[in-house]
Amino acid sequence: MSVEATQTAMTLTDHLPVLQVVVPLVTAPLIVLIGSRRLTWTLAFVASVISFAIAILLLMQVIDGSVISYNIGGWAPPLGIEYRVDAANAFVLLLVTGISTVVLPYARESVRSEIPARHHTLFYAAFMLCLTGLLGVAITGDAFNVFVFLEISSLSTYVLISMGSYRDKRALTASYDYLIMGTIGATFFVIGLGMLYMATGTLNMADLAERIADQGSNRTIRAAFAFIVVGMGLKVAIYPLHLWLPNAYTYAPSAVTTFLAATATKVAIYVLLRFTLSIFQPNFLFQVNTLEFIILPFAILAMFAASFIAIFQTDFKRMLAYSSIAQIGYMLLGISLLSENGLTATVAHLFNHGITKATLFMGVGILVLRAGGSFYNRIQGMGETMPWTSAAIVIGGLSLIGVPGTAGFISKWVLIEATIEKGWWPVSVLIVLSSLLAVIYVWRVIETLYLKAPLAGTDYKEAPLSMLIPMWILALACIYFGFATDVTINAARTAAQGLLAGSAGML
Amino acid sequence: MGFELTQEYTLGHLNYWLFSVLMMTGLYIVVAKGNLVKKIVGLNIFQTSVFMLYISMGKVIGGTAPIFPLDMEIDPDVIYTNPLPHVLILTAIVVGIATTSLGLALIVRIQEEFNTIEEEDLLQIERAIAHSENAIHGEPMGGRA
Amino acid sequence: MRHHLILRVITKMLVGAIMLFAFYVQFHGDFSPGGGFQAGVIMAVAFILYGLVFSLQDVQHVFPPWLVHKLIALGVLLYAGTGVVSMFLGNSFLDYGAFTPEHPSHGQHYGIFAVELGVGITVTAVMVAIYYAFAGRPPRLSDEEW
Repeated sequence: MSVEATQTAMTLTDHLPVLQVVVPLVTAPLIVLIGSRRLTWTLAFVASVISFAIAILLLMQVIDGSVISYNIGGWAPPLGIEYRVDAANAFVLLLVTGISTVVLPYARESVRSEIPARHHTLFYAAFMLCLTGLLGVAITGDAFNVFVFLEISSLSTYVLISMGSYRDKRALTASYDYLIMGTIGATFFVIGLGMLYMATGTLNMADLAERIADQGSNRTIRAAFAFIVVGMGLKVAIYPLHLWLPNAYTYAPSAVTTFLAATATKVAIYVLLRFTLSIFQPNFLFQVNTLEFIILPFAILAMFAASFIAIFQTDFKRMLAYSSIAQIGYMLLGISLLSENGLTATVAHLFNHGITKATLFMGVGILVLRAGGSFYNRIQGMGETMPWTSAAIVIGGLSLIGVPGTAGFISKWVLIEATIEKGWWPVSVLIVLSSLLAVIYVWRVIETLYLKAPLAGTDYKEAPLSMLIPMWILALACIYFGFATDVTINAARTAAQGLLAGSAGML
Repeated sequence: MGFELTQEYTLGHLNYWLFSVLMMTGLYIVVAKGNLVKKIVGLNIFQTSVFMLYISMGKVIGGTAPIFPLDMEIDPDVIYTNPLPHVLILTAIVVGIATTSLGLALIVRIQEEFNTIEEEDLLQIERAIAHSENAIHGEPMGGRA
Repeated sequence: MRHHLILRVITKMLVGAIMLFAFYVQFHGDFSPGGGFQAGVIMAVAFILYGLVFSLQDVQHVFPPWLVHKLIALGVLLYAGTGVVSMFLGNSFLDYGAFTPEHPSHGQHYGIFAVELGVGITVTAVMVAIYYAFAGRPPRLSDEEW
């Protein structure tokens, strides 16, 4: 590397933003080209570790609020495509690469048991493409590029979900439903982008923000806003647009569910944040109204309705899927507050819920591996036979409720603070009430695992270490970030400030 | 708002009218038709409407094809059509093809596993599976939302 | 299709011409409308036509499925690799000017050439792969039942 560094103008450090995307992108075809089942996993894991390292380096560069800009092909923005890293998306990059790095060691065993060996190379190739797409969505500063990467990640997600069909054929219909809804969402998003382009003549995010601020709100821009919010809403699974999510999460292979639950919806929320706050002017009346009278009620509805449904599930995995919809409600609530604290809560919850849900879904994956299913009566009493797995599930469950000392508490606390600061105390009460619902559904799991007698004739071994260690890394992270609050909150606050500053934050 | 149905409003926005009609046709097919292949057809019509929106918006009246003359001497009086939306839509078309083929591939697998590609039948089969699962796994209050 | 003599003869004559046209569209793409996407589809059409008129086995004998899969990956790698090379030459990712620093527009010519070649290979292989995937499934109706 030093040879290049000495003789050229740009060093490797300057290339970090594009390498973030290129490393997994190159790995995917490489996996297919080499086609060796033994090397596949190693390649994917190495690529993921490199991406993670890059994400850390990028976050360290921008944590002080600065912005890195990288011109693809040497074409300067606004004409060329620009990769733009600031605190907000560096945070998302870190989450995505971090989760993928933890999930991959876990996936090895889980995938081996759930997917036939002849598909392993294709599975990891699709996984890498999904990672590429998610990272690309987060890092790019070009609005149309968001769509392209979104589709890369979505298409590979459909493939990954359908691979669950070797365990349950309903994965196919789940994947098909997601394909239809996801495509409608992405197409709505493109229609919105087209209208933005009509109104402004540019697709660069920073440039868009500037021009929209200059010309003010008009009908085209309002229509574009509506299309983009609905389109991304489908990807985020905002409450009434969530119908694809429970089946997709339930029937996908465990490793895929873990990865998607922790990253895919979070990246979509980031895009929603970026568009509503940085590109459109958050002070336009139309937007304030949309957030306050549409997003806010739906967020609260999600918190309650999805939690209620979660309580009555008989399948642990499906219960977690519904709880994800409820948790997305908290993040949307933070956005609709349109205040610095609200956004801090959203960004922090994005991260905290990511690690929490990943822990829990990993637990489900282990239970599925041993018990062959995640129905409550299949897994009952496994707290005795599999103490380590069950303990990690309990930690994840506590963090999901928001018990003090866990990561989930911090973001909910900031969220409640933000609502009180805004004077919306009934909303604060609702947050607490909906957390009580979480207590019920998490309690059901704990009761099943610990208080019920194990099924007769079962003798489950503890999970293999390759699955336990990633799970415990995340479980300990849930606790660590529950005490080291300043780390997440400070990063989230820098991100929120950058986002809220509107166009100024982008420049 | 009190707008008139002027010629400018109707014919002048012909591309938008066509876009809306196509878009609604596509969306309607996706929602209303029970056959999975027909849904994909509808999705294609829906996406095509967006292609049309972009391509028509790139057209500059009186503009010519945006190709440089061979001698690279550009006449400042010549108006060029905006090529950017076309290029963008090239990408979207590729995405559309990928989505369609993936969707069709899924349909083939669904046909193989469920022996039907009618939504009603699929729902019935899935409901039957869920029902038997509920019967085995206790508490019938579960069920699917 | 064994009895359709005219179809078979015409196809044999056409396949070569279609491929030639694909190459024309591919390599003339920087002077006239064309490029990897179009050329790739045209090239794939040659294989698909051959497969339709003769049989899947025949076309897979010429263009085996494992090769198709490798070519899909190879094309993408060629594209991304061009970008990586330009990066190691000291410019941005996909900045083709890096190939000939003294005369950047020539470098752009080479860069587009490599990238479009990658696109062409991948599109050909993907189109053929889609055809193989669907044609390779056992049909529910045999030809006689139509």
